[in-house]
Amino acid sequence: MSPTSTLRRGWHDEAIWLLYLAGLLPAAWQFYLGATGNLGADPVKTFELFLGFWAVRFLVLTLAISPLREIFGLNLIRYRRALGLLCFYYVLFHFTVYLVLDQEMALHAVIADVMKRPFIMLGMAGFALLVPLAVTSNSLSIRRLGKNWLRLHRLIYLVALCGGLHFYLATKVLSPQQYIYLTLLSLLLVYRIARPTLKRRKKSGIRKQRQHVPSAAVN
Amino acid sequence: SAPISAAKTDYTVAEKLTPRNDVTTYNNFYEFGLDKSDPSRNSASFKPLPWTIKVDGMVARPTTFGFDDIMKMFPPQERVYRMRCVEAWSMVIPWDGFPLAALLDKVEPLGSAKYVAFETVVRPDEMPGQKGLFQSLAWPYIEGLRLDEARHLLTILAVGIYGETLPNQNGAPIRLVVPWKYGFKGIKSIVRISLTEKQPSNTWNTTAPNEYGFYANVNPNVPHPRWSQATERRIGSSGFFSSNRIPTEIFNGYGDEVASLYNGMDLKANF
Repeated sequence: MSPTSTLRRGWHDEAIWLLYLAGLLPAAWQFYLGATGNLGADPVKTFELFLGFWAVRFLVLTLAISPLREIFGLNLIRYRRALGLLCFYYVLFHFTVYLVLDQEMALHAVIADVMKRPFIMLGMAGFALLVPLAVTSNSLSIRRLGKNWLRLHRLIYLVALCGGLHFYLATKVLSPQQYIYLTLLSLLLVYRIARPTLKRRKKSGIRKQRQHVPSAAVN
Repeated sequence: SAPISAAKTDYTVAEKLTPRNDVTTYNNFYEFGLDKSDPSRNSASFKPLPWTIKVDGMVARPTTFGFDDIMKMFPPQERVYRMRCVEAWSMVIPWDGFPLAALLDKVEPLGSAKYVAFETVVRPDEMPGQKGLFQSLAWPYIEGLRLDEARHLLTILAVGIYGETLPNQNGAPIRLVVPWKYGFKGIKSIVRISLTEKQPSNTWNTTAPNEYGFYANVNPNVPHPRWSQATERRIGSSGFFSSNRIPTEIFNGYGDEVASLYNGMDLKANF
């Protein structure tokens, strides 16, 4: 039993809205600090990095939902859409600050950066791949796309790969925080690769159990 | 910090100074942490005095200078220089210091000396970035210059900024300033200077040879692998909505003085 299922059905929507609100609060607060001249000597860069960091945090949370359910039986699936969208919003803000405040809309410089530098290229690819996921993050799309919706949303693993590499390449010397988030991202991706094997083992394990205790097989 | 009386010089640029508060809170000094704000926050327990600098290697008179002797022997001058970081931001800083050439003259470099190697202090107890699990670089931080670069009159050892002794986060008590090179060449808290025949290694070059060279001359035409060097963000003059991105000049605008040092040299290969 997940703890959330004890909430009355009507409260789930409120919890999700609260999550959006809490999730956007860091960006709003940092924006306020920047706009009022309280973000240090290099406010644009500070804001840009801050947004990127929070995008990674929400990416990790989004990817953690399935393993939490499958390994620990903790079902938070109804919050996954909000977490994924928060990740997308932070990437969008991150890109907007890079384009508007950092590069001051110098499109030729931005395009040259994207074409030439793997670091920027990977970030941009991650952003581009997130767009179709964000656009189809609604109940209508889920109904319309059916099985293809699941296929499409596997793109999140590619997003994680591009975003993770972009995050890794951002600095030459990794900070402890970067080590932590890169480790989490790697573990979450490795879990996806290992999942089919884990499932097969689990199934065969159950079958063996049943063979040993034939009476348990009777429903 | 104590006041320094520095003689005015013609070595000045007619650009708006970066506010002192920005110069002292936005620093790369990995000995105190990786964040720009770490050096100002984590350097309070660093004790810059007493201090000595050992000058040795291929010199006729190897000498260990006490900091007080240095202040007496080499009266500081004010130098207002542009400072261009390899990370594509820049400042305009009023340094107080003296030409490195003056110090080199005292120790009489031998004819065979071709390079100058520099070394930063190692004090894990006073520098939190030098201890613990996540050590960012191999200590000590080391840098190097060709002898003619080191002897150039623009090259100074700074002992102050804004008319006061150097704050710890800016490389107290004495650091190198080479205004036509990227900021990482400006090694801080120097304890040793050695004259050598072979090109010395420098920390960032050994850490990432494809990204940081030995020369590290400011050059808008040679991009860093991860970003362009064509423009820079001028710190301090900018607000949140006016980041003040300006074009980067070759040799950081000091080409008239230093371009001749590199005649016939491929600046792309020797980045």
